[in-house]
Amino acid sequence: MSDQPTATVHSSAQSSAEPAEPAEREAERLLDIAGLSKSYGTVRANRDISLHVRRGEIVALLGENGAGKSTLVKQIFGLVKPDEGTITIKGDASPVRDPRDAIRRGIGMVHQHFQLVPVMTVAENMILGHETTSRGVLDIEGARKLVRELSAKHGLKVDPDAEIEDLPVGTQQRVEILKALSRRVDLLILDEPTAVLTPQETDELLSVMKELAAGGTSIVFITHKLREVLAAADRVYVLRQGAVVGEVATSDTDARGLATMMVGRDVVLRVDKDEAKPGRDVLSIKDLVVLDDRNLRAVDGFTLDVRAGEIVGVAGVEGNGQRELVEAIAGMRPPQSGSINLLGKDITRANPRDTHVAGVGHIPEDRERHGLVASYSIADNLVLNRFSEKPFANGFVRDFDEVRKNAEALFQEFDIRAAGVGARAGSLSGGNKQKVVVAREMSFGPKLLMAAQPTRGVDVGSIEFIHRRIVAARDEGAAVLLVSAELDEVLSLADRIAVIHGGKVVAEMPGGDVDRTEIGRLMAGDH
Amino acid sequence: MEWLKRNQVAAGSIVVLLVGAYVFYAINDNVATSMFKGAWFFAVPLVLGALTGVVGERSGVVNIGIEGQMLVAAFAAFFSAAASGSLVVGILVGMLSGIVMGAFLSLTTVKGLMDQIIAGVVINIVATGLTSFFYRPGKVLSSNMPQWDIPLLSQIPLIGDVFFQTGPIALFALISVPVVHFALFRTRWGLRTRSIGEYPSAADTAGIDVIRMRLVNVTIGGIFAGAAGAFLSMEATAGFERGMTAGRGFLALAILIFGGWRPLRVFAAALFFGFTNALASQLQGVISIPQQFITLLPYLLTLIVLAVAAGRVRAPGAVGQPFVKGEGS
Repeated sequence: MSDQPTATVHSSAQSSAEPAEPAEREAERLLDIAGLSKSYGTVRANRDISLHVRRGEIVALLGENGAGKSTLVKQIFGLVKPDEGTITIKGDASPVRDPRDAIRRGIGMVHQHFQLVPVMTVAENMILGHETTSRGVLDIEGARKLVRELSAKHGLKVDPDAEIEDLPVGTQQRVEILKALSRRVDLLILDEPTAVLTPQETDELLSVMKELAAGGTSIVFITHKLREVLAAADRVYVLRQGAVVGEVATSDTDARGLATMMVGRDVVLRVDKDEAKPGRDVLSIKDLVVLDDRNLRAVDGFTLDVRAGEIVGVAGVEGNGQRELVEAIAGMRPPQSGSINLLGKDITRANPRDTHVAGVGHIPEDRERHGLVASYSIADNLVLNRFSEKPFANGFVRDFDEVRKNAEALFQEFDIRAAGVGARAGSLSGGNKQKVVVAREMSFGPKLLMAAQPTRGVDVGSIEFIHRRIVAARDEGAAVLLVSAELDEVLSLADRIAVIHGGKVVAEMPGGDVDRTEIGRLMAGDH
Repeated sequence: MEWLKRNQVAAGSIVVLLVGAYVFYAINDNVATSMFKGAWFFAVPLVLGALTGVVGERSGVVNIGIEGQMLVAAFAAFFSAAASGSLVVGILVGMLSGIVMGAFLSLTTVKGLMDQIIAGVVINIVATGLTSFFYRPGKVLSSNMPQWDIPLLSQIPLIGDVFFQTGPIALFALISVPVVHFALFRTRWGLRTRSIGEYPSAADTAGIDVIRMRLVNVTIGGIFAGAAGAFLSMEATAGFERGMTAGRGFLALAILIFGGWRPLRVFAAALFFGFTNALASQLQGVISIPQQFITLLPYLLTLIVLAVAAGRVRAPGAVGQPFVKGEGS
C-alpha cells in the first residue's frame, strides 16, 4: 500500500490560485531535452532534438510513421541509449539507464503494445513487480483496494477482478494508465495511444488526459492525427525525418497550420523525368470500401484510375485508409464492396498470388513482414513470387542455376550490396533489403507497379536510386501507383496527385508545380 | 466459500466421487481399499512428475525430459542407497539428480537458447544411455522403505488407509500438491512465475528478471521428478531396472495438460489414471482379457484424454518461447 501516487495530489484549483503561477510554471521544467541524436546504421532516427515539458502540460509529438517519435520517447524511458545529447528530468541530467531508472525518476510509459498479462486480473497486473505480502501471502485484497482507489480518484472505471483478456482494448489501456499512475509518475508518455481505439474510446482517453494534467501530471503523447493534437494538447512539436521542424502552442494554430508544418517546406528532391505519355487505363478502382482491423470503414468509397505510363501519387496524412487501400489491391484484404479492375480483368477478390499473375508488382509498406523472408537467401527472396515458374523451375524441380543467375543479374542492375547472393536476406541493411524487394517486383515486367512508402527507413543514396527506378518503370510503360506519407516524394515523382482523406479521394490534380499549402489544407480534411 | 461459488461443478463432482467411493467401501471394504491404494500408488510418480512440469511450464519452459529426469533419479537413488546403506541418502540423491537434470534443461534453453523440445529429447536419450551403461545387476537395499501411520489421519476409514498409511515419498507427493498450488496462486513467487510464463515482456517492464527466475524455477522444479524416480526404485519396488520409468514421465506430461497446469487438478487427473489402472487389474480375474491389454489401458486412456482435453485447456502463453531482453513487443 506504499505505492500511492503523490504526484497527482495538487488539485487544479490550488495551483491556479497561486498569483505567481505563470513564472513558477515557466521555471518548473519537468523534462528538458537538449541536442538529442540517435542513428541506426546510416539512418538518422533523431537529429539534434531539443524540447521541454512543463509540469501539468500536455505535449503532443506529431509526425508521420518513421519521423522518429518512438525513438525519441524510447530514449526518455531508457529503452534506447542516445548517441548524443542530454535528457534532464527534474533538474537531474544523469543518463537514464533503463526503464527501472526512468520509473524511479517519475517517468511512466504506456506502450503501444500493452504490457499486461492477459490471463491475470486487473489487480494482479497492477501489483506485478512490486507486490506487498503478509506472511508470504500476496495481498490481493490490498491490490483490489488500490485499483478501486486509483480508479475512483482519476475517474477511470475498471473492475479489479476482471481478467485482462476479457476487457476491451480501451479498458486495457485504462489499466495501463492506472498501472503507471500507481508508480507515482510525474510524466506519462503515451505511445500512439489512440491507434487501437474506436472514436468513442479516443474521446474518453483525451478527456482523461486533460483531467490528469489538471491534477499536475505532465503528458507526452505521440500521434499523427491532427484532431487529437488540437483537442488535447497544450503544445505540439512537429517531427519530420528525425528532427523537430516546428513547435507551436495549439491555441496559436489550426489543422491547416499543423498539416503545413508536417508537410514541410524543404527543397524538393527533384527527379529528372520526361513528360509522361499516358496510355490506356490499367487500374480502375470504383467505390471501393475496405474495413480495417477494427471493422471500421478505412477506405470509404474510393475511386481512381491509373493509366499506363504515368505515376499517380496518393498523398494524405497517414491513417486515412492508405494501408487498407494498398492491401485490398494486393489481395491481402478482401474489400467490403466496390470493384478493382486490372486491364479489364476483375481482381476485386483475387488472392495475392492471382494478383501477381494478373501483373501487379507490389512493394509493400512493411518490408520486414510482407516483403521478405529474413531467413531465406537473397537469391530465393528475389524469386519469391516466381520460384515455381519457368525458368526457375522445371515441373516440380527448382533450377538453382537459374535462380542464382537471376540474382547475380539483379545484383548488378539494382546495385544490391551484400556478402553474396546466398547471404540471408535478414543480414542486409534497410536500404538493401528494400532494393531486393524493388528488384523482385520490377523485374518480372509488371503492368501495374504499386509502391507503398517505398523509401521509408532507407538511406538517401538508396532513396534516389529507388526513385529513378520507379520513373524507369513508368517509362517502360507500367502504370505506377505511389502511396507515400512523404509529400516531397509524391510531389517529385507523381504525374498526377490524388489527395486521400477519410478513405476517399478529396481532390485530384496534375503533378508538377503544386501549392503545398493547398495540399496541406486538403490533407487536413479542409475542403 | 468464494471458491465454492466459483467452482460448483468441481465441488459437486468431488462430493459425488467421495460418496461413490464410500458406498463401494461399505459394500466391500477389502477390495475398495486395495483398489484405491493401488490407484494412489500408480498416481504418485505421475503427480510428482507433473509438478516438475507445472513449475517449468508455468515459467515458460517446456519440459519433455521429465521421463529422463525420473529415470536418472531412479538410478541414482537406488544405487546410492545400496552403496551407502542409507535410505535417506538414496532419497536425497534422487531429488538432487532431478535438480541437476533440471539445471541442464534450464541452462541449455534459457541461457543457451537451445530449442526446448530438443533439449528435452537430449535429456531422455542421455538418461536411457547413461543408466543402461552403468547398470549393474545384483544390488539390494539393506532395508525396506518404512511405512508410516500418520496419527489420527490414518484412522479415517478408506482415506486414512489410502493416503496416510504411507511411505515417505508418497507423503511428500501428497503434501507437495497443495503447497505448490498455494505457492503458484497466492504468493509473490507464484504471481511472478505465472507472468514470466504468460507474457515475459510485461514481467520485464515490471522489473522482474525473467531469465534468472526461469533458471531457478526450472532447476529447482526438478526436485519433484527426482522424488518420482526415487519412489519408483525405492518405494514402489526395491530395485532398479533398465528403462523402469516405462513412459511414466510422458504420462505425467499428459496429466499436466489434462490438469490444465494446475496442481490440484493435476492431482485429480493422476488419481483418475491410477484408478482406471487399478480397475483394469481388478477386472483381470473377472473378465478374460489378455494381460497386455490391461497394461495398455493407461496409455490408451492418455490418447483419449489428450484428444478430448486438447481443445479445452490452454497452455501458458509463452511456453516454449525463449526470452531475449529487448526483443519482441
